[in-house]
Amino acid sequence: MYTQAMDVPDGSNPAASAPDSGSPQQRAHFDATIAADGRIEPQDWMPEAYRQTLLRQISQHANSEIVGMLPEGNWISRAPSLKRKAILIAKVQDEGGHGLYLYGAAETLGTSRADMIAALHSGRAKYSSIFNYPALSWADVGVIGWLVDGAAIMNQIPLCRCSYGPYARAMIRICKEESFHQRQGFDALLAMMRGTPAQQAMVQDAVNRWWWKCLAMFGPPDADSEHSAQSMRWGIKRIGNDELRQQFIDATVPQAEVLGVTLPDPELKWNAERSHYDHGAIDWEEFRSTLAGYGPCNRERLATRVAAHENGRWVREAALAHARKQQQRNTEDAS
Amino acid sequence: MTAPTDYLLQLADTALVLAQRNAEWCGHGPVLEEDVAMANLALDLIGQARLLYQHAATCIGGAASEDSLAYFRDAAEYRCLTLVELPNHGPRSGGAFSQPDYATTIVRNFFHAALMVTLWTELQQSSDAQLAGIAARARKEACYHLHHCGDWLVRFGDGTEESHARAQAAVDHLLPYTEEFWVPSPAELAAVSNGSAPHPATLRAAWDGDVNATLTAATLRRPVQRGYVSQGKFGLHSEHLSYLLAEMQCVARAHPEGVW
Repeated sequence: MYTQAMDVPDGSNPAASAPDSGSPQQRAHFDATIAADGRIEPQDWMPEAYRQTLLRQISQHANSEIVGMLPEGNWISRAPSLKRKAILIAKVQDEGGHGLYLYGAAETLGTSRADMIAALHSGRAKYSSIFNYPALSWADVGVIGWLVDGAAIMNQIPLCRCSYGPYARAMIRICKEESFHQRQGFDALLAMMRGTPAQQAMVQDAVNRWWWKCLAMFGPPDADSEHSAQSMRWGIKRIGNDELRQQFIDATVPQAEVLGVTLPDPELKWNAERSHYDHGAIDWEEFRSTLAGYGPCNRERLATRVAAHENGRWVREAALAHARKQQQRNTEDAS
Repeated sequence: MTAPTDYLLQLADTALVLAQRNAEWCGHGPVLEEDVAMANLALDLIGQARLLYQHAATCIGGAASEDSLAYFRDAAEYRCLTLVELPNHGPRSGGAFSQPDYATTIVRNFFHAALMVTLWTELQQSSDAQLAGIAARARKEACYHLHHCGDWLVRFGDGTEESHARAQAAVDHLLPYTEEFWVPSPAELAAVSNGSAPHPATLRAAWDGDVNATLTAATLRRPVQRGYVSQGKFGLHSEHLSYLLAEMQCVARAHPEGVW
């Protein structure tokens, strides 16, 4: 699962503040690699602002994966069939796996996972605002798969061509799994829409609550997006927010028709001239408020992550203590 | 010769209820790698439960299905071992809140996996060919569970003062529930008599060997067992099972005609 997070400022402005120590030759190599659409690898010299931008983006993405385990994880215990329960556990497990790959990719930029998690827990680092909305019914699980993961895929496929090698490679695997999640979500909703009127109403209610939040996931209009232009120049970002949002809407409308649900936008209609769907205005005020920490579940999500981390501290300490003792014993045996 | 349906349900209920408890950690684990690992244990157990319920549903016939057996039976009809239905924390009355404790989860899974490695090994020879097939697959999974949880138990016992104390408390809390393993239920006796399962008492020596070896490696003490022997597999459960089932079954029961 993923997010608009690539564009979310965290209070710093690396492009303005980071010093550059590279030689002219190193800078020329970097510029030539970017211009040739090549890959920058961890051992290559890179401008400090490029490193900081990627670190912010990849760690926010990783944080989003692990916070994103919470709204759907909340429904594992109540999944209404054993098949759906197994699918949901596997999906939430995948999100944890994505967090692992992404923290690993970010660590190649010189920051430890522990530091990134500390930044998340202190509120310094962001995660996707989409997870600050509540998952209220079983249909939300299907809609999160269909729409939230669907939006994520639109965002993520271009990241497979990101100029930073470790991130691009991690995204290839993540995209395969996200695509599977999106289809599973659609499949769960299709089953419900073929069920009872109460099930159909549950699906429509969930679509009504999630649709506009998903459109906001692509981030503010390009004109208002703080980091987009520089990220495009560096080959970190490939496609603008507005274009991705339009692609998502165009792909989703026919799927909604197959499902038999109504997307809650009276202005949503096909524009033959543009060959795209037109849509109504997004409430950016609500988006910014949720991003700033004032959404319905911000405190619960972060507090839950912090509690899990603190409650597990003794487990991590035990593993380290045992490993140290084992190492000491091995050393003593060898001498 | 098909195993008695009640015996299949005893195995299926135990796997499902433990999966439900293990899955409570999903998103809340002590470290990301362990979140992924505990979800794997839950998935293996749900997979086993589904195969067993499907086999039982075929034996029952009519409208029975894996979901009707999992979602539309009450606590008194469940035949899971009491050990697997207890919450992921130390001893508390039903409905009482406490922080989840990973030592409790690891010790519980360790005791259970040590039983199932032995039981699935024997069940590969079951006169019920389908059950023997399920056992061949499930045995491999149980071996991994035993290995994973045994490793953590040694880390806890040998790790820090706190981890040692927590692991010992979990062993002291949970070991008495393992006495239930060895007292045969009517379903087990019926399965013994038709050659589809071993007598549970015959599994005890191997279980003791595995458990004692790991407790010793973990420098943990095995407490003397006495007192009440739990009877979950007879349908007499702890106060905790009905809470677990109420949560697990609530959506399915709110929509009895639902299609999922």
